[in-house]
Amino acid sequence: MIRYTPQDFKSDQEVKWCPGCGNHFILNAVTKALPEVAEALNYQHQRFAFVSGIGCSSRFPYYVHTYGFHGIHGRAAAIATGVKVANPTLSVWEVTGDGDALAIGGNHFIHAIRRNIDINIMLFNNQIYGLTKGQYSPTSPLGKITKTSPYGTVEHPFSPGEIVLGARGTFFARTVDVDVNLTKECLVAAAKNDGASVVEILQNCVIFNDKAYDAFLNKEVREESTIVLRHGEPMIFGKNRDKGLVLDGLKLKVVKIGENGITRSDILVHDAHEPNPGIHMMLVNMKAPEMPVALGVIRAVQDHTYDDQVRDQLIAVRMRAKIFNMDQLLHSGETWEVK
Amino acid sequence: MQQTNDVVIRFSGDSGDGMQLTGTLFSDTSALGGNSIATFPDYPAEIRAPQGTLAGVSGFQVHIGSEKVLTSGDYCDLLVAMNPVALRANRKWLKKGATVIVDADSLTEAAVKKAGFQTLDPFAELEITDYNIVRAPISSMTKEALAETGLDLKAVNKCKNMFALGVCFCLYDMPLDHTENYLRRKFAKKPAVAEANVLALKAGYNYASNTHIFATTYQVPAAQLPKGTYRTISGNVATAWGLMAASEKSGRPLFCGSYPITPATAILEELAKRKDLGVKTLQVEDEIAGICTAIGASFAGDMAVTTTSGPGLSLKSEALGLAVMTELPLVVVDVQRGGPSTGLPTKTEQADLYQALWGRNGECPLVVMAACTPSGCFDAAFQAAKIAMEHMTPVILLSDGYIANGSEAWRIPSMNDYPTIDPPVVTERPEGGFLPYVRDEKRLARSWALPGSPGCEHRLGGLEKLDGAGTLSHDPQNHQRMVELRATKVARVADFIPEQEVYGDPSGDLLVVGWGGTYGQLRTAVDALRAEGHSVSYCHFSYINPLPHGVEKIFSQFKTIAVCELNAGQFADYLRMNFQQFDYLQYNKVQGQPFTVLELTDRFRTWLKNE
Repeated sequence: MIRYTPQDFKSDQEVKWCPGCGNHFILNAVTKALPEVAEALNYQHQRFAFVSGIGCSSRFPYYVHTYGFHGIHGRAAAIATGVKVANPTLSVWEVTGDGDALAIGGNHFIHAIRRNIDINIMLFNNQIYGLTKGQYSPTSPLGKITKTSPYGTVEHPFSPGEIVLGARGTFFARTVDVDVNLTKECLVAAAKNDGASVVEILQNCVIFNDKAYDAFLNKEVREESTIVLRHGEPMIFGKNRDKGLVLDGLKLKVVKIGENGITRSDILVHDAHEPNPGIHMMLVNMKAPEMPVALGVIRAVQDHTYDDQVRDQLIAVRMRAKIFNMDQLLHSGETWEVK
Repeated sequence: MQQTNDVVIRFSGDSGDGMQLTGTLFSDTSALGGNSIATFPDYPAEIRAPQGTLAGVSGFQVHIGSEKVLTSGDYCDLLVAMNPVALRANRKWLKKGATVIVDADSLTEAAVKKAGFQTLDPFAELEITDYNIVRAPISSMTKEALAETGLDLKAVNKCKNMFALGVCFCLYDMPLDHTENYLRRKFAKKPAVAEANVLALKAGYNYASNTHIFATTYQVPAAQLPKGTYRTISGNVATAWGLMAASEKSGRPLFCGSYPITPATAILEELAKRKDLGVKTLQVEDEIAGICTAIGASFAGDMAVTTTSGPGLSLKSEALGLAVMTELPLVVVDVQRGGPSTGLPTKTEQADLYQALWGRNGECPLVVMAACTPSGCFDAAFQAAKIAMEHMTPVILLSDGYIANGSEAWRIPSMNDYPTIDPPVVTERPEGGFLPYVRDEKRLARSWALPGSPGCEHRLGGLEKLDGAGTLSHDPQNHQRMVELRATKVARVADFIPEQEVYGDPSGDLLVVGWGGTYGQLRTAVDALRAEGHSVSYCHFSYINPLPHGVEKIFSQFKTIAVCELNAGQFADYLRMNFQQFDYLQYNKVQGQPFTVLELTDRFRTWLKNE
């Protein structure tokens, strides 16, 4: 068993993202996660492949020393699907952004998730088009002023997690670019999960959408306005770890432990493995400041993967096959002799 | 009984009347009897258009002969019309004095009016009263024959086509056993339905035989074909099998990512059946995903294919550029149909040539080939895949609705007669490390290092690459060099394909030039004129880009060069671009229909006269 270091996954290419871009942190988390993934899955270095679309995020494959494919706008999920079906022994990672995955590539994104193809999708969400210099994206909040919406957008944004769950996703995690440890934790979990595993990374574009998430990720408020979910642990958050989530009728509610007779045992325990996506959907949709924004692995359930099923069907048919080569096929069915 | 060497039969009815099956069973029986056959379904875009209307007429034409037949025939000797509108729709395809079998029960006042006739005598209106009209009460006789079966009227009506087929078998003195076996196999789970169909078939045969509705019956003697084992095959199945053969010869697993589209869908359907031979098929969410999954699979080392028709090829354009840039092997099959836009989905055309050659951004050359006959699709698909893998390039293979849906008898080849395919696969770290854009000297193909191979980690993508190392480069000189390298790589394919051939004499008055699926009609028309003693030869192109060597030498030996194609003149323009020193006449037909041999021979004669 070879033990890799982050250095083994760093390419010799000059990283060309803007100084201060959240992508630098994500790259750091990925190169830290890959040695752990390699060890956990017993994968050698050459079994990793990174596939991307177009956008700032999609430059990623050039910066990791693995097999890499920089595709065209929106199509990374389709390309990655082809890679994985062709060679299911690869650990396939898709790198995409909010424009790439949710606008031009929305179709491929939902279908990759629906099929549950075993790839890991890193969705860098900065709520803006960066590479084209600042137009609104499908995740830009309503009213956002950008170069193509000088009077504010008049369209509702997508919530990536909601789409993932709506497309029957088996895995969804959310993390923050600057939190390298949490990102690494989510990426390793995604890699261990069989199926289409989506990790939304809230990423800051310093140039065109700086501080987009400041309202709840600012150091001053982060602990009060976010909650890190871990399977099997109570949903507790806050600087003093004194706030928690409970069900109030059909809705989630924030409560304070020690007030109104609430004790730790009243707090919901996170079950990422629950097949019913009801609570997961509520967690995904929690918005600051009323509710804490959910981070960590929100959903991770087992289901058949597409690539496994493709392989199993091939094996099953071949087990009872009567035709084993082209010559036999050519002579199968109705034929006649001319003498 | 009379002997005849060449017969064209057209079965026509409502879509839903089972005309495609009827025609197929007739042609299969002829083939089993030793005739040379070619067939062509002419079906509407609607699945079940309103009964008795022109939009719903579905036809299937069979050409059988004692000599090799190369087309499905222009005009028919026998028309089987299940209703008055089928009669009306096919009037133009009748040979003078042809036999017309019509379901007499269908000639009701309402149906005749619905079919658009002004009077109640469709035969007089169509000016075919002196033709050999056979009014057979097909519906009522079928009903009568199946009275004892206990089947409901709907099920009984579905057996009408077998009654009609029985009548035809009697007319051409053919055995029923193949059809009986087929029906019992097809309806194995519904033996009552199987027996009802067999009963109708026999009833039709006996009716024709007992009532002497035909003054003469015919026999088409077996053709003198080269020795061997034969089967019938359609163009789409042959395409699928040719791709599979290339997979076997290259050792690369076959991957097909596709989206259903008429008239290409049958290729995906055929490949999907062949899991026994390890074929992976993905029916993906759209045309773009079709080509993109294929590109991903190619990157990972599979022999990748995507199949489509014109509108789908438009959607794949951007990804084709990606395949050109990443220099990955990929076969794109475009089964052409009438365009532009949705156009004529079920009709044939050759108007995607420009799109295949040039429909991409940037300087974006790739290999373009065209299949010529239904069975010829096998070799064309095999060659397309061989070139794609050995030259590390995408290849567009142009088929068309006519040859894709048409079928013919095919002498089964042996896989021993096909060359091995040797793609430049790399699975181990070469000395000095792997550089993805280092090329072999002869072909200029780069190496295909498969993910999973230690020490060959590399990145591909749509951004311009540095010559050799394959890292990103925006260097102006490098870009020009790469543009030239990609063009030269494709041009060099000409060194690896057969020289252009000419059929007939190497020099003369008229050289007919064609490409792709018009081969059968053009060759037949040229043969007809040569038999009359005219100086006509034929130059058929299967390789479009690059063009084979030797074209100029051939062209220079003829007084007149005439390009015939089912579009407004795309290949003629392409030849003008490539060989400006020659003049080209054109014959262009854009009607969604194949050429007829008759219109071609007429045109050739005019050209020869005007010389």
